Amino acid sequence: MLELNHISKTFNPGTVNEKKALSDLSLSLKPGDFATIIGSNGAGKSTLFNAICGDFLTDSGSIVLDGQDITFVPQHIRSKSIGRLYQDPMRGTAPGMTIEENLALAAGRGGWLSHVSKADKERFREQLALLDIGLENRMSQPVGLLSGGQRQALSLLMDTMNPPKLLLLDEHTAALDPGTAAKVLAMTKRVVEENHLTCLMITHNMYSALELGNRTLMMDSGRIVLDISGKEREGLTVAGLLEKFNAGAGKKLDNDRILLSGKDN
Amino acid sequence: MNIATILTLGETALKLGLICSLTVLALFLSYSMLNVCDLSTDGCFTLGAAVGATVAISGHPFLSIPAAMAAGVGSGFVTAILQTKMGVDSLLAGIIVNTGLYSVNIAVMGGSSLLNMNRTTTVFTMMKDALKGTPLQGRTEILVALIAVVIVVAFLVFFLKTRLGLAIRATGNNPDMVKSSSINPVFTTIVGLCVANSFTALSGCLLAQSQKSVDINIGQGMVTIALASLLIGGTILGKGGILLRAVGMVLGAFIFRLVYTIALRLNMPAFMLKLVSSVIVVLAISGPYLKKQWPQIRRRMTHKKGGI
Repeated sequence: MLELNHISKTFNPGTVNEKKALSDLSLSLKPGDFATIIGSNGAGKSTLFNAICGDFLTDSGSIVLDGQDITFVPQHIRSKSIGRLYQDPMRGTAPGMTIEENLALAAGRGGWLSHVSKADKERFREQLALLDIGLENRMSQPVGLLSGGQRQALSLLMDTMNPPKLLLLDEHTAALDPGTAAKVLAMTKRVVEENHLTCLMITHNMYSALELGNRTLMMDSGRIVLDISGKEREGLTVAGLLEKFNAGAGKKLDNDRILLSGKDN
Repeated sequence: MNIATILTLGETALKLGLICSLTVLALFLSYSMLNVCDLSTDGCFTLGAAVGATVAISGHPFLSIPAAMAAGVGSGFVTAILQTKMGVDSLLAGIIVNTGLYSVNIAVMGGSSLLNMNRTTTVFTMMKDALKGTPLQGRTEILVALIAVVIVVAFLVFFLKTRLGLAIRATGNNPDMVKSSSINPVFTTIVGLCVANSFTALSGCLLAQSQKSVDINIGQGMVTIALASLLIGGTILGKGGILLRAVGMVLGAFIFRLVYTIALRLNMPAFMLKLVSSVIVVLAISGPYLKKQWPQIRRRMTHKKGGI
């Protein structure tokens, strides 16, 4: 489904601020793969997502999505087949527009001059009801009035309304309180399973990293240093994962958020 | 002041308010929706006036209106390209286009800085002829302006609810979201500014034809006047649907003109208009800000006096 072939990216090349964010990274995801990604701050996790989405062009290598080479395809065209959720719940929705208007934009059906039809509204209501947080009765309210968790759930719905080929989750529950985070995570799991989405998820929670999906990747200094799946992954504990990381990266994990994250957040 | 004078004042204000409300509606689209402060408004207003007048003088009163609007679209397109494709800051792009338009406008007017339309057939004179003998006689200017405003408001209400309109609003409301959705922000910004500037040019065209002359300074300060009206309108009818807010814009333009006309009547010299509009804009923008800051300022003051 997704093929990354030796992609590299260096920011500010030739200056004192030169930063090799991705170095010769290759990754292959099969359709339906759900891989979690862990790694220290600055390991290049978000940069990897930015490269896939087309925030910038990579310096070398190629990106192939579902058989189509998208290395030089503009961002807004890639976005049609890639859904992305950010850590900041405010980024995925337009606060000054109503829930219905946000959904209409995400649904993206019809021509540029088409209006939201009655059938569309009904469909939005049904899908909102599935989230089970009461949003279906607030469709004409501006999104700015919703809480972070509600906005993130709405973003998830918007991103998966037309099932994308690839769903990128960038620590999308990290800014939410534990209860809401669990709810959004359960929702994510359901949506991904129902639509058989291929998915990459960045997390700082070691438990989620092992529990969710079928594959765990670990990144360091712009490379994937660990890629475990199948039998090897099933038997793995958090302690074992940490040990493997230290061996793979050749250094100690320096991220308090990972080390301190407990089972319930 | 007797009733007759008040009515006359109201009528003048209504006429100017309606014509200028088209510029306010243009800013409603570019400033409130797209979140771009389009500083080319002054030049674009004059461009509309100049193109409209030139076409009308050459004997095509009806053509003058689409011609002026097309010129506005062109001006908006250049402003939009500068800020989306050429790396020019959006405020700077407006200022650059505004400066360039000065030369363009004089060129359009055939090298002179003043055009007279005293004997020209315009949409206003045609309407006047058509209404001769009916009760509406003598209200032609208001009627023409009203028709234009109703059409533009209806279009805006329709347009902002289409998928393209929603995309334009999202571009102004959350650029981050638009970047990662399938909307191309370059496209929405270009469309938004083109449409907005066509309204500005229409506004200039109608003002010139109603006062039967264009001079190169007709649009000067228009952006501030329109912003003042927009902010007044926003305070009255800022919350609610698009239709309500658009009507608020028109109301804002009318109120602004009314206050101004009354002030003129009370012997305020005409040249004060621009200062008054500047002050209104400052009050409307800084007022809420200072109100928010007030508790902190008060706390600091009580602290200085030896309080807690």
